[in-house]
Amino acid sequence: MAQTFIKPREAGEDRRGRKKRDYNAITPFWNVIFNIGVGLFAFSCVFPFLFVIMISLTDEQTLALEGFSLWPSEFSTAAYRYVFQSGNELLLSFGVTLAVTVIGTLLTLALVTTYSYALSRRSFEFRGFFSFLAFFTMLFSGGMVPGYIVMTQFLHLQNTIWALILPLSLSAFSIIVMRTFFQTTVPDEVVESAKIDGAGEFRAFFSIVLPISLPGIATIGLFSALGYWNDWFNALLYYNNPDQTPPLQFLLMQIEKNMDFLTKNAQYLGNFDAAAGLPTETVRMAMVVLATLPIVLAYPFFQRYFIQGLTVGSVKG
Amino acid sequence: MTAFWKKIVRNRALLLLVLPGTVWFLIFAYLPMFGTVLAFKDFRISPDGFFASVLNSEWVGFKNFEYLFRTSDAYIITRNTILYNVAMIILGLVSAVAFAILLSELLNKRMAKVYQTGMFLPHFLSWVIISYFAFTFLSPDKGVLNQLLTALGMERISWYSEPAYWPLILLFVGIWKGIGYSSVIYLAAITGIDKSYYEAATIDGARKWQQIRYITLPLLRPLMIILTILAIGGIFRSDFGLFYQLPKDSGALYPVTNVIDTFVYRGLMNMGDIGMSTAAGLYQSLVGLILILTTNYIVRRIDRDQAIF
Repeated sequence: MAQTFIKPREAGEDRRGRKKRDYNAITPFWNVIFNIGVGLFAFSCVFPFLFVIMISLTDEQTLALEGFSLWPSEFSTAAYRYVFQSGNELLLSFGVTLAVTVIGTLLTLALVTTYSYALSRRSFEFRGFFSFLAFFTMLFSGGMVPGYIVMTQFLHLQNTIWALILPLSLSAFSIIVMRTFFQTTVPDEVVESAKIDGAGEFRAFFSIVLPISLPGIATIGLFSALGYWNDWFNALLYYNNPDQTPPLQFLLMQIEKNMDFLTKNAQYLGNFDAAAGLPTETVRMAMVVLATLPIVLAYPFFQRYFIQGLTVGSVKG
Repeated sequence: MTAFWKKIVRNRALLLLVLPGTVWFLIFAYLPMFGTVLAFKDFRISPDGFFASVLNSEWVGFKNFEYLFRTSDAYIITRNTILYNVAMIILGLVSAVAFAILLSELLNKRMAKVYQTGMFLPHFLSWVIISYFAFTFLSPDKGVLNQLLTALGMERISWYSEPAYWPLILLFVGIWKGIGYSSVIYLAAITGIDKSYYEAATIDGARKWQQIRYITLPLLRPLMIILTILAIGGIFRSDFGLFYQLPKDSGALYPVTNVIDTFVYRGLMNMGDIGMSTAAGLYQSLVGLILILTTNYIVRRIDRDQAIF
């Protein structure tokens, strides 16, 4: 397992990382073919986002006439002006999503690190029992309906942000990743020697184990933050009060069905040409762009941690 | 008893650390498991709270299951769930391994990184966003596909009410979204393969294709098996977002887009039929459990080391 956290050797490098000529490389011809194949597919993964940006910058009337087009005959920033002028709903939803993501991620980290640390300690005599308690949930679950009843009839948390936070705050998968991380980067001897020096189990955990486990914590934190940012399912189940500010993804779902969001802000329409009408389609797309932009800008930088988590989680599954 | 008590005292610090997580598992995983008894009851909300509601609801035996399996729904959702999953497991495995091998062979490693980053993007986006993306292609009046059809002088297609095209659309989008994620796992495994195998093979005159066939693929086999077992264990579950968001919950498409998860959701939210949708959920969980235990057992018989437990 340990090799997962060591930089993998690049092709064309030997054991000491020296570059050498690779006699086994594919020929330039096949290289071009492979590049075209993989490149086209990679482009197809990025293209829809670029396309949505172009649509959001299209003039609404042109859009109605020409349909979605990569290079519309008339551009317009009306959609963005509209969103920013009447942007209360969007801003509030951003706020809800941000709060859910931050609180949820912190809660996840607290739950996951404590639980997995105990499971990683060989001296923990109840390790078997608590491992089973966690991992059995991967094999069997009560399903959607009993979970829904627990949330609404037992905890009474519908229409609160806790209904969006709590269901996602722990999973057996993240415990596996974190436990494996503790096992491979924090040898028992480190903890034992800290205890000989007089540190208690808590002291050892908080001041020795956690600081050296930051990469693992980053992995779990990012998994969790992404899960919260992208979640709409819990809002779909537990948010049924129209006055409740929806999280971002759920707002996008709602405006897909109807544009109440826009008519609610009808007083701002004075700035827009009445004949041109409400820029509905372009506003939708502008909001999709604004909701997606943070992820598109950030993920290339934290991708590495995801890959780390994926490889650990899948191999140790 | 005192020995047990002593054991607790001895482990008190670590027990305290697992306490918050244990509480979470009890409330959000084990309490719902207890709640599956509702599949055998006629759920009535009691003013005395959750436990009273569950316990006081009247036993109806297998009525909910009878009701579920008497309609044609049970057959359709089971068929859809299994067929989509089987197709996705096979196509997903083949394409993930293929892309991982292609990426690992590219001469320019920097370009490989760029492609990989691009392929990873859809994995980071929610199904809500992806469904907007799909709409830019499938919109009946503005979408790209219908523009193309018109340009070619063909009839427009009303995509969101034509079930015939959806199996293909769902499979394509499902694999497209996940391939960045799954190919990365295989790519990591390929990078970890000892290069001396390939050197030895080159000396013996093995060509690229033979090296892939006789070195790379066999060495990836354990990983493929593990991931496939996990996938087979989940063959009764499906990605709710794919089947709910992408077709925009369009009723005309239900025959080809309704899977167990969406069926349970609609049973709960649209019909409010607690008993029947709990029964459908329990049916899903139980078959899933049996499947994962069986596949694991079979793999264990064939090759002990590759079983998960």
